[in-house]
Amino acid sequence: MDFRLDEDIQFLKKNVRDFVQSEVEAVAMQIEEENKIPERIIEFSKEMGLFGLSIPEEFGGLGIGMVGKCALYEEIGATHNGYTTLIGAHTGIGTVGIVDMGNEAQKRKYLPDMAAGEKIGAFALTEPSAGSNATNLKTTAVKKGDKYILNGTKHYITNATEADVFTVMAVTDPSKGAKGITSFIVEKEFSGFQVGAVEKKMGLRGSHSAEVIMEDCEVPVENVLGVEGQGYVNALKILANGRAGLAARNLGSCQKLLDMSATYANQRVQFNVPIIEHQAVAHMLSEMAMEIEALRSFTYRVAWMVDEGMKVIKEAAMLKLFGSEVYNRVADKAIQVHGGIGYIADYPIERFFRDARITRIYEGTSEIQKNIIAGQLKKEYKLD
Amino acid sequence: MNIFVLLKRTFDTEEKITIANGAINEDGAEFIINPYDEYAVEEAIQLRESHGGEVTVVSVGGEDGEKQLRTALAMGADKAVLINTEDDIEYGDQHTTSKILAEYLKDKEADIILAGNVAIDCGSGQVGPRVADLLDIPYVTTITKLEIEGDKVSVVRDVEGDSEVIETSLPLLITAQQGLNEPRYPSLPGIMKAKKKPLEELELDDLDLDEDEVEAKTKVIEIFLPPTKEAGRVLEGEISEKVKELVSLLHKEAKVI
Repeated sequence: MDFRLDEDIQFLKKNVRDFVQSEVEAVAMQIEEENKIPERIIEFSKEMGLFGLSIPEEFGGLGIGMVGKCALYEEIGATHNGYTTLIGAHTGIGTVGIVDMGNEAQKRKYLPDMAAGEKIGAFALTEPSAGSNATNLKTTAVKKGDKYILNGTKHYITNATEADVFTVMAVTDPSKGAKGITSFIVEKEFSGFQVGAVEKKMGLRGSHSAEVIMEDCEVPVENVLGVEGQGYVNALKILANGRAGLAARNLGSCQKLLDMSATYANQRVQFNVPIIEHQAVAHMLSEMAMEIEALRSFTYRVAWMVDEGMKVIKEAAMLKLFGSEVYNRVADKAIQVHGGIGYIADYPIERFFRDARITRIYEGTSEIQKNIIAGQLKKEYKLD
Repeated sequence: MNIFVLLKRTFDTEEKITIANGAINEDGAEFIINPYDEYAVEEAIQLRESHGGEVTVVSVGGEDGEKQLRTALAMGADKAVLINTEDDIEYGDQHTTSKILAEYLKDKEADIILAGNVAIDCGSGQVGPRVADLLDIPYVTTITKLEIEGDKVSVVRDVEGDSEVIETSLPLLITAQQGLNEPRYPSLPGIMKAKKKPLEELELDDLDLDEDEVEAKTKVIEIFLPPTKEAGRVLEGEISEKVKELVSLLHKEAKVI
């Protein structure tokens, strides 16, 4: 058993760290204030190839496995989470549908531009009446000649305002329930497609979530992603694939919080000693470090299982759940270690605290992850 | 255009320097491309992008320098050469390095050689000009702008905050000053491709050089850290008293007047 990342991945990781820590960190407070990621940072990220993390080399991407991706996500997570989400949602749920289920022609048409960051990808499943219960979709797709006509509204769609290519789930056969859902590749230029209201959120500033409205939106039949009727399964697969990556991003944010907290505790003096000398503070740091280390081991183990082609339904759900819960606990302790300054918006700690909160909700809530785990346990322990 | 870059591996600017047994402690330290050499690499790549040709990056030192050469390849250089002196030379100085580089470059028909204005570790700024002298080609140091048309070269040189415009011709050696360009981050696909680019390793023997030909002309007597800065003093009292006290302190204590 070898726990080291291979040398190439270490080298990629170091380069991403250098970029993120010197360029993105420098504008983190600006992103928060302006609710916008500077164009320069996006251009740099394109040049570096960060938008192509999930895309095979033959389509202009990086062509690395899940372990490598997680190593880079860890670095991308160690800064403003709005930036993390722009890259993370595009390279995660925004592109993996086309990578995993797209046919050759679809891959050739979309992936090179998505790898270059010239086209941003988004994933449109959630609707006002279909959140955790994704089978309750109301968006319909009716075949007419060589087109499908889509009608319906999606909401809370991450990166919707920036995205060019949407993976959209819609009902093609209402009589079949979950088996009557199909996934489509929808371009923002398609007639009848528009982005609606942009949400004001608790955090993740710089990353925008919005409504997507389709009114007689015309989608060519060749844009059916995978097999008709497999849309729900596709959606679950895309989400499952994203889980290790999401945990890795959370891991990066946790590590950044520990770095800041331990540094601060070594410098801040109260009662004539640095506060790390006070056992109450020291123990908080120990607990943060321990949970982060456990999350790191778990993340790379699940990533390795993915690369080995193993079935990871249960483990990926556990990891998504654990990663999100650890991030929230670590962010809470980071504020406590920092005291008053941790609550002040001039410093980044409270921002991480707000940004952490969404990780227990998006891409499958913590509760849904527990249901998935329990469902697997039920199968494993069933008496024949 | 046949473009060469001289590159040195140096301590990361973020590293804290410590001394152990009379030498700078390198344990666990991070190393980088000397920042001024990074400008040279960037400029070389830009020259190739506008004029065509090939960029070769050359470094003298130990095997560890391979990492920084790979970074230059990942940025976009075409070839790298590591002249490994680990087994032959215990201590080298600017004479050593420039002699080796010039020996390597003498039959390469370089159109332009780019180097950093200074290395952030030893800070002599000598290697570039020495190499140009040995090759008998013109050189311009601390440049902030470079324009090439045919054989004609126009250079803006930083002279202590002012600038000087110099016209010269190829072949030429220049050393890069901060402000020449903004070095790119190596792209991730570039890093993967860099593994497949040629990185040649040479030793003194391959250049027909003897150890005594490149023997250092200087020797290090002692290495020490600058004295730690003490806390400043705030003078008390009326303005006129404070001025008097300050003047007397400058005379008697600081002895600068």
